[in-house]
Amino acid sequence: MSEMTYLGAISDGLREEMRRDESVFCLGEDIGEFGGAFKVTDGFAEEFGSERVLDTPLAENLIIGASVGAAVEGLKPVAEMQFADFISCGFDQLVNVAAKLHYRQGVSVPMVVRLPSGGGFSGGPFHSQNPEAWFIQSPGLKVVAPATAADAKGLLVSAIRDPNPVCYLEHKGLYRHVKGEVPEGEHITPLGEATVAKEGDEMTVIAYGSAVHLAVRAAEELNEDIEVLDLRTLCPLDSEAILASARRTGKVLVAHEATQSCGVGAEVAALISERAFEDLDAPIKRLTAPDVPIPFSPTLEQAVLPQLDDMKEACRELLAY
Amino acid sequence: MKRSDAGVANARIREGEGRPEPRGATANGEPVARAGNGQPRAAGTGEHLTREDRASLYRYMLMMRLSEERALTLYKQGKVPGSFYDGCGQEAVSVGASFVLGPRDRTCILHRDLGAHFVRGVAPDRYLANYMGRSGGVTGGRDGNMHFGDRALGSVGMVSMLPDMAQVTVGMALAFKMRREPRIAMTFFGEGSTANGQWHEAMNFAGIHRLPVVFVLENNQFAYSTPNQLEFAVDPVRRAETYGFPGVSVDGNDVEAVFEAARVAADRARSGEGPTLIECATMRMHGHGAHDDMSYVPPAMLEEWSQRDPLELYRERLVDAHGFDTDELDRIRTEVKEYVDECAAKALDSPMPEPEVATEGVFAERFEPLGDGESRWSRWAKEAVR
Repeated sequence: MSEMTYLGAISDGLREEMRRDESVFCLGEDIGEFGGAFKVTDGFAEEFGSERVLDTPLAENLIIGASVGAAVEGLKPVAEMQFADFISCGFDQLVNVAAKLHYRQGVSVPMVVRLPSGGGFSGGPFHSQNPEAWFIQSPGLKVVAPATAADAKGLLVSAIRDPNPVCYLEHKGLYRHVKGEVPEGEHITPLGEATVAKEGDEMTVIAYGSAVHLAVRAAEELNEDIEVLDLRTLCPLDSEAILASARRTGKVLVAHEATQSCGVGAEVAALISERAFEDLDAPIKRLTAPDVPIPFSPTLEQAVLPQLDDMKEACRELLAY
Repeated sequence: MKRSDAGVANARIREGEGRPEPRGATANGEPVARAGNGQPRAAGTGEHLTREDRASLYRYMLMMRLSEERALTLYKQGKVPGSFYDGCGQEAVSVGASFVLGPRDRTCILHRDLGAHFVRGVAPDRYLANYMGRSGGVTGGRDGNMHFGDRALGSVGMVSMLPDMAQVTVGMALAFKMRREPRIAMTFFGEGSTANGQWHEAMNFAGIHRLPVVFVLENNQFAYSTPNQLEFAVDPVRRAETYGFPGVSVDGNDVEAVFEAARVAADRARSGEGPTLIECATMRMHGHGAHDDMSYVPPAMLEEWSQRDPLELYRERLVDAHGFDTDELDRIRTEVKEYVDECAAKALDSPMPEPEVATEGVFAERFEPLGDGESRWSRWAKEAVR
């Protein structure tokens, strides 16, 4: 074990996979000698060479499309979107080519798209989005969103080894603010498995990414017996873990930084209503961003993104129900 | 050759050619092939083709024509859900270009290029079954019409967003280059695709990294109903130079001219010299789909191109220049016709897929590599012996 930042753990997982398997390579804008906009691949070009740490032109469809071509030929590309927002420019290749190839023709596409997502630093409408729901609406893509340093490494390793296209959402707000013990050497967080971030009996907050940290802090500051379930993988969802926790505590708050309508929270709430309705002691509650673009000015951004006080308030209301 | 030198070399090619004709063939319709040495070359110099190779080229063009005619009949009989799309008049492009491919080369084949699927080893029954949504189709009913590629034959199937496959092809070529493998990737697209940004992204990247890829541009004069003059101001083949690799124009209705340009391009790619863009001037003799009456095509234009049917042209050439007699060619036609009939019967016998499989196969359980395609050109048999 060694303590790492969330960002350091992403680098560590990627570096180890590239050392272990020479078919793994990364490509993206400014990721080579420059080390990437957030320095995830800092030092990689030196260690692995410019061919395996491939600087691309500013062409997201190319990044995704070339990854598909390399993947079907047995390489394991890890494509970096400089910001998750830019996946819109590569969306066609992702949802029409990568996602559907296996269903249509049995062609497996083992690739990872790294998506630095999330707001909280005045990135504005084009550098702050949480686009995970876009991908879940496109069958054939797996979607993960780690909250901790250990899972940042473990999920990246699993994503690289998976024979399908995996969208890996790394929250920029966690990059340097979240630190944790990360196993050295091979460390795998299986896809499709949620984890209990904090145990509790009175209610459950089902969250992922940055919202996990808000929920844990809220529970601690409220000093209430709140369970926090960290989904980790958003597609496929760990239905059993969701249902088990909902049935046990009977009160569920679903929380995420992404906007509300048709988001992951809506799916989780629908799942619980369909299959655990009779175990509920309160209506399922959601804490999300409202359906607006992420604004730039700090006062506006804070008004939109769920804050710690919002989380505490939502928990209090549900506990009091 | 350094990148800057490639530009100079291309400039020289262009100088040698003078100003290229806008649509890939000369003004009087004479076939022209230009293949990177700066000298226009009469089509079908053909020293690389044996007699049996020529029979094969003819056979696969016929197989495409007759299979598509058969599929159109099935469509008219109501046995094809959705619409029907063919490449009538364009047979020389896909057959001639794909004929150069070795077993380990890879393809992304588009919807006017059925001949390339046949050359690579897809049997017509699987094509016809695919059109009918049958379980015996290449996609087992998951996708329709020409949206298929046989994974086992090294082909990744197209999507409806037509320029997309150029990017995938570039990615396969990137893998070959990274592994130092003497393999190439080939893709096809219409001139319509060249107007889309994805096409540019693919060309640009292929040029930067001198990837082993052959781009076959089929200028069939219309993108659905949109004519060339509303698609581009400058013939897209000329853009190749700005991407740092050669663009050559050939008569797309001359199968040996297409073969020769593809042969040069494939050799170039395989030896590490990078991509080539081959523009094949041809004509889509049917509508965009069977639902399209192509009222936008001037009748005189259709009439003019109908005088240059690629199968008729090749048949004449085989008799006039290569010692085939008409009986032999008729025999080939009969054989192909019988084979297509058998395949159609087999396709019609193939059941519809069971509804239960509709939700299967979204995700892969394990990585399955692509298989190798058939190679029909005699050179590959010689290499295998060696």
